[in-house]
Amino acid sequence: MYQILKKIAETGIVTEPAPGPDESLRVLQQRLEDSVLRRFAGALTIRHVDAGSCNGCELEIHATSNPYHNLEALGIRFVASPRHADMLLVTGPVSRHMETALKRTFDATPEPKLVVAVGDCGCTGGIFGESYASCGRVANVIPVDVAVPGCPPTPVAIMQGILTAISLRKPV
Amino acid sequence: MKIEDFPVEVSPVPGAMPVWRGTVDSEQWRDLAQQVRGKGGRLVALWASELSGRDQGFEVHMALTVRSGLVWLALGVPAGQPDFPDVSDIFPAANRMQRAAFDLLGVRASGAEDNRQWLRHAAWPAHASPLRKGFDVVATYPGGVDIYPFVQVRGDGVHEIPVGPVHAGTIESGHFRFSVVGERVLRLEERLGYKHKGIEKRFEALSILDGARLAGRVSGDSTVAYAWAYCMAAEGAAFFTPPERAHWLRALLLERERIANHLGDLGFLANDAGLAFGLAQLSRLKEDMLRLNSALFGHRYLMDAIVPGGVAHDVDGSGVQAMRAQIGALRAEVRGLKGIFDEHPGLQDRFIAAGRVAPELANQLGLCGLAGRASGMSWDLRVQFPATPYDALDVRMATHRNGDVAARVTVRFEEVMESLDLCWVILDRLPRGEVCAELPIPIDSSLGLGWVEGWRGEVLVALEAGPNGSLRRVHPHDPSWQNWPLLEHAVIGNIVPDFPLINKSFNLSYSGVDL
Repeated sequence: MYQILKKIAETGIVTEPAPGPDESLRVLQQRLEDSVLRRFAGALTIRHVDAGSCNGCELEIHATSNPYHNLEALGIRFVASPRHADMLLVTGPVSRHMETALKRTFDATPEPKLVVAVGDCGCTGGIFGESYASCGRVANVIPVDVAVPGCPPTPVAIMQGILTAISLRKPV
Repeated sequence: MKIEDFPVEVSPVPGAMPVWRGTVDSEQWRDLAQQVRGKGGRLVALWASELSGRDQGFEVHMALTVRSGLVWLALGVPAGQPDFPDVSDIFPAANRMQRAAFDLLGVRASGAEDNRQWLRHAAWPAHASPLRKGFDVVATYPGGVDIYPFVQVRGDGVHEIPVGPVHAGTIESGHFRFSVVGERVLRLEERLGYKHKGIEKRFEALSILDGARLAGRVSGDSTVAYAWAYCMAAEGAAFFTPPERAHWLRALLLERERIANHLGDLGFLANDAGLAFGLAQLSRLKEDMLRLNSALFGHRYLMDAIVPGGVAHDVDGSGVQAMRAQIGALRAEVRGLKGIFDEHPGLQDRFIAAGRVAPELANQLGLCGLAGRASGMSWDLRVQFPATPYDALDVRMATHRNGDVAARVTVRFEEVMESLDLCWVILDRLPRGEVCAELPIPIDSSLGLGWVEGWRGEVLVALEAGPNGSLRRVHPHDPSWQNWPLLEHAVIGNIVPDFPLINKSFNLSYSGVDL
């Protein structure tokens, strides 16, 4: 126990400041009312769905929880069921074999809900494109609020996408 | 078995690894599999392809280890009756590979007991074989429900727990069917293929140069291993050897990938056993690696850092300095954390005896990679058949015999320390010179094979070039093909809540096998 406490004390707090929202990532016009978004900010729950990724995006989603990025400190956490979630974080081109599972997960998520597509594949279908096996981008299957490009997007970019989805749309 | 004693004529496949290829008839196919097995050889991969030209039929391929290297056997299969003899009784790992060959090309293993679909769910019908040349790649079929006949366990108090494809954690998609009594697992059956996104078909629309980018995305966590294996295959097919410095930098990247993955997984293993401190510390160290990767090689996970002909980025003196400093810091931190792991009773209580794969079973079913080494399978390509620069590095293999979660944790810690040492030596001895040269276009129908010990196990890429720099067939093979079936065995008799821990100790790729 002493060794653990000593290591914690030596390491200190390494968390870096969180990024701000980025309007350019929005796909849909803001879907939810301001009053709802205000409630999400500070207490958001996320269900991740891998709809067919190469698993690169999963690595970066994990990295949002490491001590440098510390997503949970912003009141945002990952939950085990879509029924507990306010937001779906979807990676990959949607494989045809995951199409039904993704739609069902979306339906199982209670309203009001948000969807963030993560990665080049989620945004456009990426290198895998559309084919007999792939439906392409996430928006081809369920409505997407915010799409975060990158292969894979950095943890900061993913956080920015999440924060954009729960921020109020800035008047242009 | 030495290659000189091999009973059929084989000729060397050009490239960095000791590979021989021969064509066989259907009698020899089984006979040779049996002989290789008898001499302690393993099945590395099995796949099928369509011969060029219409209605010429198909070929099934088997990559087997022998004492001198790898033997690549090809068996012609007629278009009219696309059957080949089953080898899953000789190499149990062949089961899913043969079923995948049927799903994708319509060639069937005759005599096989298990003929259930594997990669195919409902996206295309059984009579349409997506990897045939005549298949329309953008064709879509009315979906429908995928009904998969799971093996059912009956008895007093037995019930099933279906899990997935969408899991509770941030992991890949797949389905697990547990049959349990109370908390105890009687049987686990996996159903994968959810993430099938047509990777092999996609390769055939790319040029040999662009294929490297796709190879690096077969399984993102092993992007370096795949990109290297692909480039090795492409370079072999072109009779081309990259500059010396490129070889050394590739090994540096591969070892950095190994360290980063092991650090991350060790953190999650601690977390799954209730020690969140371990995840916080080790994911911090992993992030340090990723950031330096990004600064020096332009990508946190080193995607697209290995390209056909060499590597995309050179390192200068300050880069070498930064990596040396990081190695020094990591050695001390990892050693300290290993001490905490070893002395933590709660952690060891969960690790020891959980998810055990005995060496005999590992040998029988062909467990490979780090999980294999934790179950007494002393096999590491960097030691067995060291390609440049490993022939000059004298890699120390980490092995263990207990085959439980604790053994896999120990192997991972040892491999991190060894890879840190290897990186140090590579930086010391990095030869001067160019890091990339232009890859000549391989002639039509030339073959290449890449074989690389990634962090999870051996990654194989077999490649056949088409005309004018195109790709006729690429088969990327993930070590998870071999290891997924062993996970089913590892959990028998364990309790359901230990499954995440056992699963994480293997950490197998879904994308790599779903293709």
